[in-house]
Amino acid sequence: MLFGWHGFWKVNFTAGVGSRPERGTESAMKLVMAVIKPFKLDEVREALTPLGVQGLTVTEVKGFGRQKGQTEIYRGAEYHVSFLPKVKIEVAVSAEMVDAVVEAIATTARTGKIGDGKIFIMDVERALRIRTGETDESAL
Amino acid sequence: MRLLARCGSAAAFLAMAAAPAFAADEAKVDTGDAAWMLVSTALVLMMTVPGVALFYAGMVRKKNVLATMMQSFSICALVTVLWMVAGYSLAFGEGNAWIGDFSRFFLGGLAENWDKPFTLGSGDAAVATTIPETIFLTFQMTFAIITAALITGAVADRMKFSALLVFVGLWTLLVYSPIAHWVWHPNGWIFELGALDFAGGTVVHINAGVAGLVAAIVLGKRIGYGTENLAPYNLGLAVIGAALLWVGWFGFNAGSALGSSGGRAGMAMLVTQIGAAGALLSWTLAEWIGKGKPSVLGAISGAVAGLVAITPAAGFVLPGGALIIGLVAGVTGYWGATILKHALKYDDSLDAFGVHGICGIVGALLVGFLAYGPLSATTAAPEGLSGGMDQFIKQVIAVAATMTYTAIATWILLKITDVIVGLRVTEEEEREGLDLALHGERIN
Repeated sequence: MLFGWHGFWKVNFTAGVGSRPERGTESAMKLVMAVIKPFKLDEVREALTPLGVQGLTVTEVKGFGRQKGQTEIYRGAEYHVSFLPKVKIEVAVSAEMVDAVVEAIATTARTGKIGDGKIFIMDVERALRIRTGETDESAL
Repeated sequence: MRLLARCGSAAAFLAMAAAPAFAADEAKVDTGDAAWMLVSTALVLMMTVPGVALFYAGMVRKKNVLATMMQSFSICALVTVLWMVAGYSLAFGEGNAWIGDFSRFFLGGLAENWDKPFTLGSGDAAVATTIPETIFLTFQMTFAIITAALITGAVADRMKFSALLVFVGLWTLLVYSPIAHWVWHPNGWIFELGALDFAGGTVVHINAGVAGLVAAIVLGKRIGYGTENLAPYNLGLAVIGAALLWVGWFGFNAGSALGSSGGRAGMAMLVTQIGAAGALLSWTLAEWIGKGKPSVLGAISGAVAGLVAITPAAGFVLPGGALIIGLVAGVTGYWGATILKHALKYDDSLDAFGVHGICGIVGALLVGFLAYGPLSATTAAPEGLSGGMDQFIKQVIAVAATMTYTAIATWILLKITDVIVGLRVTEEEEREGLDLALHGERIN
């Protein structure tokens, strides 16, 4: 799924923007994508706001990891549910904020039990605020 | 008179003609009785729409929710019209020991008698009521509706809508009406035998449960049964449906006293509540011990199991007997829906047989021991009907006869339906879901 997302982004980039910016340089913006336990969402949001995070995208997702799944029983019929509901949050931040953001998510989303989720950090090439036309870090 | 009445339709016609004149001199409609029966009738209708509709729809997968609700709603309308045309006449016309007649075809005679108290049957065994026939026949209509609707739980997720309508239409006229006649009409052979069925343990629950079992076997299992996840879409809907059933059941059972006077309706209501409570607790406890967790689906199934089991016994038992019936029903219902079904490998999808069939049998048999005579005492029979070995044997005969007839007749009617329209949707339609495949709609 992650691979597919990357492919989509590359197509968009080459089709719309041409050759800018140059590859290989450290990006000034990062996308932090975290998959967490649904009930931890509010806590995570409350931890991110004081850091200056201005926006957050939340998606309800299903998946499996080491937690594997769970068993449900309805009148004696047992079903193994291999995909458990999780919440995926995506937050784009400037590169200097990324460590604090990752730390905040990691601390608040942690219960210490299996199934706490994962955090992924990616480079962001460009950003644009649709309403004003502001670009890159001023658009975050 | 009664003997004559069983000789054919000509005699039956004479009997019907004589009854209203006799009744008109005797009694008036009782306002209290009529009021309670109007309310009871509405309560029993509420058990099907929306009660059964929600109870079943909450237990199927998301792609079949609307189709499942559609079944209960359509059955409500179809059985209403059939009941008006011929069902009522076949069930409550004089007829013989086996079936009514066509004397009340299209409710003939109602225009003359609509404001007079209704007497069921004629001669020595006639049952005089203090309510108009309009209420009696509508009350009975709601029973015919819910019985047919209960069957849909066994065939959920895979039966064609056209097949369901054809089958239910035939079944109501050829299975429900005759069995109602056997049990509740004074000419009926089970009525004469003296077997007890206050509100429909045999007529409604064993009947629908066994028909459901046969239908589940004839239709075959759902695709993916035992291998794929067939978990319920929204048990919250099922909880609401079960709650509506529970409340509506006061109309079903206390209404079967056919009036509010004399204390019997009150006792029926009390034991209904106790039976439901006992079974909810015992099902939950059995599941807690057996599976480790007390489930919501178990709790609502237990409540319905208790209500089913107390149905034939309400009006005949005291609170202590009701508690015994409830406790036993909860455990046997749990066994029927979770162990028996899996052991015998049939796919009674929503446990029409496991809950209604099994617990209907439990209640119908236990009332044979637990009946308290004075509750059913009349001036003609001041002793009433008390529990004992004699009564138990009568109960066994009534249960066995109902099961045998409904099993064979249901099987034949399903085969006829299969020839006419085909019983089951295609594999493709079943995978897609009945909502979209059959009705062109879905829950988004």
